[in-house]
Amino acid sequence: MIGSPDVVAFTREDETGETHADPWALPDEFSLPLAPHAHSNPWTKTSYAKFTKDFILISEFSEQVGPQPLLTIPDDPKVCGSFDLNYFSLRIMSVDYQASFVGHPPGSGYPRLSFVEDSRVVLGDSKEGAFAYVHHLTLYDLEARGFVRPFCMAYVSADERKIMMQFEELTRRFSQASECLKTGNRRAFAKELQRKLQDLEYTRLVLRKEEGLQRETAPQGIYSAHAVEKANELANVEKSIYEHRDLLRQISSYPGRPRRDPHAAPCQRCLTECLSEYEELLDKYATLDDALKPDVSGRVQAGKGQNGEQRGEEVNEDESEECVGRRPSYTPQLIKAKSAKCFDKRLKTLSELCDETFYEATVEVLKETERFFSGDLCYQYSRRLDRALRRKQHITNFLFEEELPNAKDEGETARPVCALNHAGDIKRLMRPPPILLCPQPLDALKLLDPSDPVSKMSHSQESDLRPGRSHLESSPSDQTLETQESSEETKCSFSSDRSVEGPMDGEQSLASARSEPADADLIFGPDLTPDQEHNTDPERQSTSEGTETTAGEDEGENGGDETPVSLQEDHAPLEASQGEGECQGGGTEMEPEMSLVQIDTACCMAQDGFLYEASVADVEPGLGLHSFHPPIPPCAVVNQEPQASPPLQGDYAVGSPQSEALTAGLDLPPGPFEDPASPAGADDGSDCTMSASAGSDRAVSPLCYGGGMTLRQRKKAGQGALKFVRQYPFALQALWCLLSGRTLVVLGSEEGRVRRLVSALALFVPGPGRCGERVQAWLSCPFTLADLHTWKLIGLQRVASPLGSCTLHSLSRYSRYISVLDADQKTLRCPPYRGTLLLNMADHRTSVRRGSTYFLHVQSTLGSLASKAFLLAFTHHLHLPVCSGEGPEAVEARQQGFLQEQLGLGPDDGQILLYLSRLITQQYLQPCPSAAAPSFTFNYTTSLLYKI
Amino acid sequence: MFRWMLGGRDAQRAVEKNSVLCIGEEQPKNWFTELQVLKGHFDIVRFLVQIDDSRYASAGDDGLVLVWNIETGEKLLEMRGHSQQITAMATLTRVSGDTPHTSLVTASSDRSLSLWDPDTGNRVQTISDLQSSVKCLLVLERRSVWLSGGAELCVWNIDFQLQCQRQNHSDIGITALVELPKNCIAAAMDKEIVIYRLTASADLSLSLAEVRCLSDHQDNIRTLIPVNDGLFASGSHVGELILWDSSDFNIMAYEHILWEESQADTQSEIRLGSPKPCEMSIQHLTTNGTLILAAVGSGLYVYSILTKTVVAYRRAAHDSNILHTMLLSDSELMSCSEDGSVRMWEMQDLPLPAEVASPGFFGMWSFGRASKQTEPPVRKITEVPNIRTLELTGDLIGHSGAVQMFLSFGEQGLVTCSTDHLMILWKNGERQSHLRSVALFNKLEANEGLPLVG
Repeated sequence: MIGSPDVVAFTREDETGETHADPWALPDEFSLPLAPHAHSNPWTKTSYAKFTKDFILISEFSEQVGPQPLLTIPDDPKVCGSFDLNYFSLRIMSVDYQASFVGHPPGSGYPRLSFVEDSRVVLGDSKEGAFAYVHHLTLYDLEARGFVRPFCMAYVSADERKIMMQFEELTRRFSQASECLKTGNRRAFAKELQRKLQDLEYTRLVLRKEEGLQRETAPQGIYSAHAVEKANELANVEKSIYEHRDLLRQISSYPGRPRRDPHAAPCQRCLTECLSEYEELLDKYATLDDALKPDVSGRVQAGKGQNGEQRGEEVNEDESEECVGRRPSYTPQLIKAKSAKCFDKRLKTLSELCDETFYEATVEVLKETERFFSGDLCYQYSRRLDRALRRKQHITNFLFEEELPNAKDEGETARPVCALNHAGDIKRLMRPPPILLCPQPLDALKLLDPSDPVSKMSHSQESDLRPGRSHLESSPSDQTLETQESSEETKCSFSSDRSVEGPMDGEQSLASARSEPADADLIFGPDLTPDQEHNTDPERQSTSEGTETTAGEDEGENGGDETPVSLQEDHAPLEASQGEGECQGGGTEMEPEMSLVQIDTACCMAQDGFLYEASVADVEPGLGLHSFHPPIPPCAVVNQEPQASPPLQGDYAVGSPQSEALTAGLDLPPGPFEDPASPAGADDGSDCTMSASAGSDRAVSPLCYGGGMTLRQRKKAGQGALKFVRQYPFALQALWCLLSGRTLVVLGSEEGRVRRLVSALALFVPGPGRCGERVQAWLSCPFTLADLHTWKLIGLQRVASPLGSCTLHSLSRYSRYISVLDADQKTLRCPPYRGTLLLNMADHRTSVRRGSTYFLHVQSTLGSLASKAFLLAFTHHLHLPVCSGEGPEAVEARQQGFLQEQLGLGPDDGQILLYLSRLITQQYLQPCPSAAAPSFTFNYTTSLLYKI
Repeated sequence: MFRWMLGGRDAQRAVEKNSVLCIGEEQPKNWFTELQVLKGHFDIVRFLVQIDDSRYASAGDDGLVLVWNIETGEKLLEMRGHSQQITAMATLTRVSGDTPHTSLVTASSDRSLSLWDPDTGNRVQTISDLQSSVKCLLVLERRSVWLSGGAELCVWNIDFQLQCQRQNHSDIGITALVELPKNCIAAAMDKEIVIYRLTASADLSLSLAEVRCLSDHQDNIRTLIPVNDGLFASGSHVGELILWDSSDFNIMAYEHILWEESQADTQSEIRLGSPKPCEMSIQHLTTNGTLILAAVGSGLYVYSILTKTVVAYRRAAHDSNILHTMLLSDSELMSCSEDGSVRMWEMQDLPLPAEVASPGFFGMWSFGRASKQTEPPVRKITEVPNIRTLELTGDLIGHSGAVQMFLSFGEQGLVTCSTDHLMILWKNGERQSHLRSVALFNKLEANEGLPLVG
């Protein structure tokens, strides 16, 4: 409908600060996107990435092997190509800003679970050509160090801006996935704790029995070393029981605790389920205090204490209830005093850490996320704008637009709050903010992250599946990740090794420049260079990943993480790109196709040479970098880029249109993004819904009349229409016939030609119906009057037979209702058109060369026509008298005046609008076909014969 | 390029070609700019009867009676019962209390009569096993009886009880019935018009008595209509149009509409030859009290009762026989024909007549009857200045077969029925558009505005 990628690309921002002055300007979400790079090539993208399309990477910081990739979505080795997942895992795990302090806080006796809020970081690795939205989360594992297992999910893209501009939506989706994982994990953790407690209790009973035996056998007052050891062991076990019970208590408080993560969107139903489960567990184990009393015994000392026995049974029963389907009953096991070495044990996998169902639901969410974000930014942007517009204009969509896939309920089904599809719990509908391409002053936040805080070891997935019985690690070690520091005053946060430089903005770039390798800053992609400029800006606002390392408050200070942090690494060594050449063999297999698609979406005006260049760049990423700036030496690039920087600063507007608040401070309360009542939440470009057909980069926004039209068909239709327009000088008249509701009959003896013409012209049939019911591609029998109702475009076979004469007869009989395009003789018989409205669509000498460009051009023209028709149809005074004394003539005159003066349309053009508005009216009155036959309007005008 | 072509399969008579008839596609006076094709019948649709302001019934050779809504074009009811084609249909209005209730009476070739309730679709009454099939129906509202004409003439009361019956000697049977003053009824049989008088005896039983037999027509009487309280008219197969006095059954006027192979130059010779009967058969007569419109073959003649002259005519109004006509006003008329078209005409004073009229077209003869001798010779008055021309103002093309009949609902539209099993509802596009807009804003109000997000 609007916003074809080329329009996006070619629109330039002329005056930066004037957009707000115009009261007639469109709302922000509909305004035409401005070119992000006023002076740069819009097709310059970071094409040196080694992966072919964006993907989602899940990595773990394994305590055994360090950062390791676990899973990519889509799980296709071709996607990643030669991209080094291990290395990238290292990179993304190194920017974990979670306040993941675990251990013994100074004042408390038990180890504490830290309720870590997720952290979100945008990270760039220019060497790899990869940028990532990184979502860190912490899962609990009783066997892990500090009970925590740091994970992260990363959306990896070659286009940084894509991530930056969709940060909100990425955040929302990944938060949802993370929330799902965590919910499952907490439940699994509680169950694990429960088993552990049972083990411990059992162990304690065994020990106690042994100790009692020893005490009986040993002489009074004399303790053998063995007995002392046993006593110590018993004490240890009891301490462990207390600790674990405390852990259970802590994890039980997890769902109810206040969340300060504004994006945390826990499903209420999941929470209540968890809560009730926890409460049950807590109740059960609170009574276990009694079990620690010496006189009460369990199953081991069968003679003593029926209470304990009963309790034990209860435990068993309860447990079997809870572990339905997994372990029908759990036999407590004796726990060895010595815990195993931590490198011996096998760590749980992600799906073990979480409940299987939760894990699968999460993967589903992530898969959908991947599908949702596929395609390049321009495409996504225009698609969303398009959808937002179309959602608003759902009344006119039937005219020229594809059917929105179940537009009614997609808002609910496509974004359940809970990944487990607890859709009934939807209390609020989170709407993603629009991607704003218009400049937002100075809220783009990027930091240079020159070096990794974590040593550059890149471990691979060795030793992942080392067998070993997991054992209790009874003393969690303190693992305070003092990786960052919060400085709320300056609203800056920095990556780990930079934290000391935080307040000194001016010095930072100097410092970074100093601290980096010499070759690091030589080449910047056009995206990157301004950031350095930007860093010196005193007004720069950085993110606040506030972290309090005090354990007691670790839940308290995580608020400001909505602003993306872009940590980008400036390693772009020239020599590296050559070295990487060999690695691209795997990726190139996909790339020709890929580049074709990019050409299609970024269709351009007859710049074939340019396209070739772009595709070259796509195929050879390393060379592509040079080919865009071939004559300029690397340092010169840096020198020249500052001109480009001012507009670029505004590019990374993430958030709602009212992002002044975002600009002002990073401690933005979460309200505007979550409150459904706020205009930002309710009204913005909320098209984050998934269309099933837009699943890959290749299926770029299938405009389908009826659901089947893929890009290729679309392109073909555009090409056909363009060819028609260029070939036939009377295309103008033909289009006018279709648009003014006069049935066009394409008459020809050759089926292929007729079908081609029909499919080309079908673009212009208003309201073609879901499956193109109004178009009949090929008809070999005479048509009747009723057919003229149903078909607005008919391909008719010309046959030289009695049947043919019959066909011709009906053709001449109904000649007043139809226009006839003779494909054989290349004539058109139709009423003359004297309007101007269609001139730009049916320009015989159009400079548009590409079918898809023309298609989009046509779509946007038709879209504007449809909105005008909507205005006409729904403007009261154009149809009904204003006052009682007014006659129909006055109304008629007003309508004509509206068409002629306000819309500036001649009578012929007005006829188009009248027809469209009539269709809109009929559609509004009868959304579903009624029992009555459709009516068919025509007028009596003379037809002329046009020849080529 | 696309010359308008003949709709019917029958060959077009080359001589009939008249350039004026090709009105072309520019028809500014034709306000039927919207049409709806109504499907429902499976055979020729022959009869259309208006039930009330918004409904009408259609019937045809498939034996079906369908009730339609004129506004929406919806088929409201489908009334099945007749096994053969329907030969006549009439409305029967009975007033029970204050509200008149209209029923439909249909006669069929299966020799049955049915009474239908068009509100429910029920067949209220049925009479089958008649001796012959009924060809015409006449409802006498004032007397609450109705008559069926066929091989016999029967009088029924409103409850479908046979009141009296009269056999006919003619083997053709009654083809048309007309109500006359003084309880008289004119029945057209073959070449004669028989006048009956309906009398009620003391015990309220009705009886029919033949009063007169008018046998002035030379050929079969095709149509018989009441003109006004004092006149009725009949037309015969050979083009005789006779105006009768309703009370004394005398001939008030006699027109024999004859063909002349109309040449470009006008001739005044009276042609006494015998043209093809079908070319001068009076297919249909309509009147509005002052004018009689006769469909003669494929031509139209407008006859003024006041002046007893032909005021306008068009020899070749259609390409084929005209089946039904209607006087829309004193100057506008409409006709439909076997050629599949409906044409609208306007009587215009011609500054330069395309066809200079000549009294020679109208032969006046006096046959046998003394009374006619006293009539003033009409032809003396029909001088050229009085002749007006019939200008084609528009045509409706849609049917692929002969248009049997049409029914006008005024500005609401026009229904045409045809041998192609279809009916077409022709409407004023602008009016419909306006109505839809009104409906739209009503719905908008009911919905409290547009839902902005669907």
